[in-house]
Parts: sequence; C-alpha cells; structure tokens
Amino acid sequence: MITSILVVIFLAVIIGIVLGISAIKFKVEGDPIIEKIDSILPQTQCGQCGFPGCKPYATAIANGEADINQCPPGGDEGIHKLADLLGVEYKPLNAEHGEPKPKSVAIIDEKTCIGCTLCIQACPVDAILGSAKHMHTIIEKECTGCELCLPPCPVDCIDMVAIEENAENWKWKYPVYKIDKVSERRAS
Amino acid sequence: MKLFDKVFKFNGGIRAETKKNISTAQPIRKIPLPKKIVLPLRQHIGKLAKLKVDIGDEVLKGQLIAEADGNVSAAIHASTSGKITAIEKRLIPHPSGLPDFCIEISPDGKDQWIEKKAIPWKKIGLDKVNELLLESGIVGLGGAAFPTHLKLNNSKKAGALNTLIVNAAECEPYITCDDMLMREKTHELIQGIKLVHEILNVKESVIGIEDNKTDAINFIQHAIKKEKNISLQIVPTIYPSGDAKRLIYLLKGIKIPKGRRSSDYGIQMFNVATILAIYRFIEFGEPSISRIVTITGNLKSPRNYELLFGTPLKEIIDDAGGQIIKNDTFIMGGPMMGFKLPSIDVPVTKAMNCIISSEPAMIEEKKPVLPCIRCARCAEACPVELQPQELFWFSKSKQLEKAEEYNLFDCIECGCCSYVCPSNIPLVQYYRFAKSEIIEERHEYEQANIARERNEFRLQRLEREKLERAERNALRRAQSSSEEKTKLIDEKRKAIADAMQRIEKEDDKND
Amino acid sequence: MINLQSPFVQGSTSVSNIMFIVMLALIPGLIIYMYFFGIGILLNIILASITAIIAEYFILKIRKIPTKVFLTDNTALVTAWLLALSIPSIAPWWITVIGTLFAIIIAKHFYGGIGSNIFNPAMIGYAILLISFPAIMTKWQNPSYLYDANIAFSVFMHGIDNYDGIASATPLDYVKTELLQNKNILPILNEPLARLTQMQWVGFGFLLGGIFLLFTKIITWHLPVIYLLTLFTISSLFHLIDPSQFAPFQFHLLNGGTMLAAFFIITDPVSGPTTPKGKIFFAFLIALLVYLIRVFGGYPEGIAFAVIFANICVPLIDNLTQPKVFGHD
Ligand code: SF4
Ligand code: SF4
Ligand code: SF4
Ligand code: SF4
Repeated sequence: MITSILVVIFLAVIIGIVLGISAIKFKVEGDPIIEKIDSILPQTQCGQCGFPGCKPYATAIANGEADINQCPPGGDEGIHKLADLLGVEYKPLNAEHGEPKPKSVAIIDEKTCIGCTLCIQACPVDAILGSAKHMHTIIEKECTGCELCLPPCPVDCIDMVAIEENAENWKWKYPVYKIDKVSERRAS
Repeated sequence: MKLFDKVFKFNGGIRAETKKNISTAQPIRKIPLPKKIVLPLRQHIGKLAKLKVDIGDEVLKGQLIAEADGNVSAAIHASTSGKITAIEKRLIPHPSGLPDFCIEISPDGKDQWIEKKAIPWKKIGLDKVNELLLESGIVGLGGAAFPTHLKLNNSKKAGALNTLIVNAAECEPYITCDDMLMREKTHELIQGIKLVHEILNVKESVIGIEDNKTDAINFIQHAIKKEKNISLQIVPTIYPSGDAKRLIYLLKGIKIPKGRRSSDYGIQMFNVATILAIYRFIEFGEPSISRIVTITGNLKSPRNYELLFGTPLKEIIDDAGGQIIKNDTFIMGGPMMGFKLPSIDVPVTKAMNCIISSEPAMIEEKKPVLPCIRCARCAEACPVELQPQELFWFSKSKQLEKAEEYNLFDCIECGCCSYVCPSNIPLVQYYRFAKSEIIEERHEYEQANIARERNEFRLQRLEREKLERAERNALRRAQSSSEEKTKLIDEKRKAIADAMQRIEKEDDKND
Repeated sequence: MINLQSPFVQGSTSVSNIMFIVMLALIPGLIIYMYFFGIGILLNIILASITAIIAEYFILKIRKIPTKVFLTDNTALVTAWLLALSIPSIAPWWITVIGTLFAIIIAKHFYGGIGSNIFNPAMIGYAILLISFPAIMTKWQNPSYLYDANIAFSVFMHGIDNYDGIASATPLDYVKTELLQNKNILPILNEPLARLTQMQWVGFGFLLGGIFLLFTKIITWHLPVIYLLTLFTISSLFHLIDPSQFAPFQFHLLNGGTMLAAFFIITDPVSGPTTPKGKIFFAFLIALLVYLIRVFGGYPEGIAFAVIFANICVPLIDNLTQPKVFGHD
C-alpha cells in the first residue's frame, strides 16, 4: 500500500517537473495581433483581398470581419501560417479573390510612356519614378507586383514580367527519392 | 612515418577511401591554347562582376575585362590575348544548371601579356595592397571562391594578427591539386608564404597538412628547414580536416563559431593555391588567370592540369583520354561536397579545383532510403557537433524555424552525416533545401518590410497632401473663378490627346 | 538520378547490417541458454521470427509500403528475438505468438513503423503478456529438471501442465515472495532457487555479445555502462543501509534480464534518446525504475515498465540535453 502511494507520488512529482519545464520552454509571447497578422501578409498591397491594403485586411481579420483565405499573393503557405497563428482551421484560398501567380515586376515601356503620372498615383509603394510629362521608370527592387498601375495607364505601356530563375535566386529543391512513403510522425 | 604533432581532434569526421593516387602519378600538364575562352561573370561568392569590355574589343592577356562590383565581388581578367566575340548567357559550372552571363574571347594565338608591374607593397602599405588585390581577381582557390581582398579587409578591422595558417590539408577524396602544387612548386610556395607572412605582419606561419601527402610533406620540410617562423604541422587524415574552422581547431585548439571570423582570433588562413596566386600578383603583377585542376575519376589518363580560366572542360577531358565507362556525368569539387555539372560544355572557373568523371557507383540508384532509426551515427560523425537527425526531421517536415533553432546554418554541408547514415537518407539534400528556403523567406520578409514601410510612408504623404490641398483649395476658391478652372482642365486633356496621337503615329511607323 | 547531389560516396553500414550484427551478438547468450535449458528457447525464437515476418509482411501490404526493403531490414527479427529471449522458455507457443503480434502490429506499426515507434516494441509485447498472463510469465524453467527435445516440444505445444516440477519461480520472484514473509534476506539468498547459476551464465553470454557490439561500434558505451553502474550503485547503497532487507549488487546485476537489457533492450535506437547526455540520463532513469520496481513494486522484474516509462520521456530528454554546437557557448 505504502509503496504504491510512494510510486504514485514519485510519478506525480516527475510529471509535474516535466510539465513545468515544458511550460517554461514553450511559452508563447503576446504581441498585438494585428501586427502579427500583418507581418505574415506579403505586403504586396494589391487589394485583391477586398481591402485597400494588407494592414486593413489584417485589421479586418483581427476583428473577425474577414476570412483568412482571401490573399492570393500570400498563397497556401500564408493561409497556413495565419491558421497557425490564429488557431483556426486551414481553408483553401477563396478563388473569388484571384489565384496566386509567380512573382512578377512591372516594366514600363519607356518609349511609349507619356509621363501622365497616373501610375505613380496608383502605386502603393512609390516604386515608380518620374515627374509630370517625363518618362517613368519602375524601381524593380521596390515593385511588389501588385498590378495596380496597369489599369490607370492610358496608353497601356506597363507590362508584368515574371521574375525568372537565375543562378542567384535559384533554390535547392526538396529531395525526391524512391522510398518515402512511411509517415514519420515523431515530433520533438 | 612521423608521429603527429599535437593536434586537437574535432568531433566525428569520416575516414573515406581517399583515392588520391589516381591522379598523382603524372606531373601537372598544360594544354595548348583552346580555340575559345569563355569567362563567366559569376565565378566567386558575392555580386556579379561588372562588364568593362564590349563585343569586338581586343584584349591582352591579364587585362581587366570585368571589375568587382562593390566590395563583395571579384574582378575578372582575360586569360589570353584575343578578341571579345560574344557576351551572352552560357552554361556555367553551377549546381543550378542555369546559364549566366559569360564573355567569350577568341584567342589570337599570341598570348600576349599586358604590361606586368610588380607591386611595391613595402612602400605602399597594407591598405593600398588591399585595393590592388580587389583588382587582382584573386579568390580563395580551395573551392569556396571567397574574394581574397575581403579576407584581408576583415583582418585589418580585427586588429593585430599573429598567425598565418596555410591550408594544405586537402581532405576531400580524389582531389590532389594542392598536393601536386606543393610537390612541383615547393619553392615558389614557400616564397609566397614568406611574402604573405610579411605583408600580414604575423608572428608565425603554420602549414597544416594531412599525413597522407608524404611527398609534399618531405619537400616542404626540406624547404622550410632554415625558416624560423614557418612550421609544418601534420594532421591525421580525417575528412573534413581541410574545412577552415576544423583546421584551425586541429592546429590551435580554438573553436570559432558560426558568424565569427578567424581574424577575430588573430588568425588568417589561406589555401596553398591562393598563396601562390597572391605571390604571383604581388611579385610579378600577374592577376588571377589560371589554376591547377585535378581531372580524375573514371578517365583513361587522370592527372592534374594547369589551366587558363575559361578553357572548355571538354577539351581537357579529351586530353585526359576520355571516360573509360561512358556515362557523361561529371562532378565538380570532391565527392563529398561537389555537385554534378549540368553538362561538360562549361568552362574552367576559379572555384574549379577538381573534376571527377563519375564512377558508375556514384550515380547509380542509391540504396533504398529507410526512415531515420535515430541511431545518432550522424551526430557522432558531425564535425560541427550538430544533431543531424533533428535537423533532418525539421527540414523534412518543413518546420524551418525549428531547424534554425537547432543551428541549421552552422552546418557546413560536409556530408559526413549522409555518408554514415545506415538508412541512406540524403540528409544534406534536406539541409540545402531548408537553407535555401529560409534564405528566400528572409529575403521575402525583408522585401515585405520595405514594401510595408513604403506603403505607410505613402499613406502618410497622401494624408498630408490631402490636408494641404484642402487648405489650398479653400484659399483658391476664395480667389479664382470657375472659368479658369475649366481652362486648366482643357489644357490637360489636350496634352493627353497630343501624346496619344504621337504614340499612334509612332506605332504606325513601327508597323 | 533526379536528385543527384553530394555526397556521391557512402559508407557501408545499413540498417539491415546493424540489425544482423545485433542478432549475431545474441548468439553466445543463446547458445549458453540452450546448453542449460534445452531447445525450448530455440523453438520460441523460431516461432517468434516467423510470426514477426508474417505480421510485418501483411501490415506492410495493408499500409501499401514496399515490402521487400522493409522485410529485409531485419528490425522485425531483432524485435522477435528479444521478445522470445525475455519470455520464459517453457511458455506455450501461443504466448510467443500473441506477444510478437502485439510487438509488431501495435507497438511498431500503429505508431508508424520503423523509425516512428515511440516505445520499444519487444518491451510492449512483454509487458502486455506479463499483465495478461502473469502465471505463465513468472514461471521459469527449473534447470534441475531433466529434459529432452521431446519434452521441450510437448511443452512448447501444450504448456507445462503435464510435467510436474518443470517450473519454478525466477530468483527475483522467489526472493521477493520470501521477503514478503518478513524474513531476513541473507539466508534466502543462499537458497538454491535464489542462486540460479545457470541463468547467470546466460547473462554472461549476453555480456560477451554486448562487448562485441561495443567493439563493432554498433552501440556506444553510454547506455550499458551507465545502466549497470547505476544498478550497481543503488543496490549497493540500499544493501549498505540494511543488509538484512536488500540484496547486494551481484544479485541484481546477475539475475533477471539485466545483461540482456543493458546491451540489447535499452539500446534500441528508435525509442531511445540520441544525445550522449540524454543516453546517460535515460539509462540512469531505467536503472532507477528497474530497481524500484524490483524491490518495492508489484512485479519481480521491472525492465519492461521501466523502459516504457523512460520511452515516454525521450522527446523531453533529447530536448533538454542538446549538446553544444562547435564554437557555441
Ligand atoms: S491580397 Fe494584396 S493587399 Fe490583400 S493582404 Fe494580400 S497582398 Fe495585401
Ligand atoms: S510599379 Fe505597379 S506593380 Fe509595381 S508596385 Fe507599383 S503599382 Fe504595383
Ligand atoms: S544516421 Fe541516419 S538513421 Fe541514424 S540518426 Fe542519423 S539520420 Fe537517423
Ligand atoms: S553536413 Fe552538416 S549536419 Fe551533416 S555532418 Fe556535415 S556539418 Fe554536420
């Protein structure tokens, strides 16, 4: 009798210690939720989600006014991250808002550009340089590929060009080999 | 054989078959000028070099044809005299197998040098030497191709150096270019070490060499007999003893963590071939235009070659007799860390220390891959003391943050873990994948941050402008009549219409 | 070929290799076992092996996993052997079959198969048998009983009911029951039933095999050495405190499956920790629990429960014992 009680107490103590340590180790910190959501959103600022930019969308999600599957540039990965962050079910991207596309940048055909500045006004990240009546160029690095500059251009001189893979941005691929069927479920 | 000097043994490592004698039987050979020279702009770590020539230009041997773009970059020189006949994307020896910008030179056969000028380094001081090194195009010739001037820059920042370590370990199987260099150019090498020793103003120079290179050891021991400050230290043959940080630990017992440089610890390290390149540049004014390459493996006559950068690899393989067993697969670098070349139609580059014509066993379907049985053999073999099985688990399940937390980026991709894994898991492939994934994610994150900032800035600006406009409008409404307004709008409309007409006209012309 | 990447060369160890060597290392102990206790154990091992292979085959089929590679990895065989060696050799055949099926199907494949099983499969099989059939599982063959192959076979088929005096308690069991009657331990330990030298010889055989495993670097020293050392220390300590109640260390080291456990059971890589420090802690934990269960618990031998409990702690142990990375503080 006494031994069994001792064993139980012993177990209880060990498990208590284990839980205590885990609690310290895996503690999650609090952070304003809008900021956190916003840091997951891709900042393309394209408005495809139905909001005038990423921050407003983040705010809407935080307030429960929008679903998490409305951002095409963020893609599946983004939705997964949002689902993880908010502790809700993942759902596939809502096709109403568009489909993910390969990342592109806008290129202005400088011969055709009339310098009307309409695209500058549309660009959410001020990635277009130029002043009235002068030809405009896009700072490729800053362009998010949101396509907002396309509709306003009266002469249709802006094209979206997909960023192509080269030796610099090339990535190693996920290994593929023959036998890989056994599910490994041990999580650490 | 001589017993080892005292060394500090690092964790793990492997003793694979070295297969070095395949390519050491014959002396280093040069081949006649090739018909075309193709120089990729990407031959080093860092930014692409900036083009300085145009198609049709005549260049001399050693002439700068692309300069370093900023500090983290290296210059490129014509490796023979001739005419630039093309600047376009060609296949380069890179694991991506993607083409990149290359300069093609059609040699005129004269092989005429530019005017070579020795560098009076004693007079001009380290800073100036460094600036000149930036133009020399010299990068680490051990295979990593890290620009050499950067290394020196770092040591300058770190303050006093006391040790120069010459990396002669050459631990990867098959590779023998450093070994042959030490055997055939012993004297020049020692001169080079003395020179770098003096330039860096260090107290001692240590040559670290694996005990399997007996000839080289003998020659060097003989050559440094009278040198007080240069010593040779023999380390056991355990891969990867030639990895910079592992070698420093072997010789000095200092463990340098990821993100720190050896110069922070008063140590500077160069590979033997790099030392020789520096020597040639400073003593004779010759920029980096050639190197020794081991051509080995499944070939009729494997050996080492001294090759101009840009020489087509195919010509060399033909010179070496071609493959014994045809499989058209070639590996650049060693069998542990090298990569499969996309094709044999690539030029020799600065990073090319070795080309292995694949043995059939290297490319056949590997043994079946089983799940990880957590045997920890990989951890026992890891020279960085990582837990490869954990990294594998996190990389495989794409828990990238966890992988980083377990120090994924400390991994040097040496391949020891894959080598010993009884389940045949291609561990390093997972780490490469996870690393490039994380790097891209970081890049995207940074881009997103920039976009967010710029967007916020813009919103503020719009807000401000709105306020200002409101004020202005209020003022103007008080003053102006509506007539003027319509005039203004008309003017604008007219401008747009004019422009449209202009375009239409141009379009017509184009048609 | 799609993904041809370095390293292009590979060492020669493979899982099936490792498991094969483990089986080799079991052979000295097995031979001594047969020398003293007859061929009953061999029958058990053969039956367990066949059961394991068949079970493995069908479950791989059901899970749609390529069977050839996984059947030839030898892991199921090792599980079968270890389980058979833990079961009394006079147990009837269906005990072995049930135990093996549990080990392979539940403990191994329900958790995801090789590499994913949290618990040591052989120990799960053993624990389930021990709980379900305590009467059979705690009876050991009486070595003084004369046996021949016929008897061994008959016992294998029908159990021991037809033979009187073939079975007796194990020393651990015997001492435990005697102690319950408030006797002094010293005279008990001198009883023949508490000094089963034949079993100690078998343990010696496993020790030899274990040293072979250490020598061939199949296992590292951490687990067996710490396990034996801890058991030695604890038992000596208790013995010092009260020699009349607690047996000296020899008794604990030489009896039961101590050697088999030290070198073959707790060294199962899949369900054990991977870090050196973790291994040390793991072995210490098991030894501590084994001793506590043997001396204070309800069962005479505690290795199965100790291992299973320690298995639960493995992720945490690994997490807390991550070694320092090269150059990190
Ligand atoms: S859809 Fe566009 S604007 Fe909306 S969150 Fe995604 S990137 Fe931002
Ligand atoms: S340039 Fe065009 S596509 Fe690029 S960010 Fe600006 S508006 Fe979007
Ligand atoms: S060597 Fe292979 S099987 Fe063993 S722990 Fe490492 S990854 Fe797993
Ligand atoms: S490849 Fe990385 S994880 Fe594997 S042994 Fe080398 S350093 Fe360690």
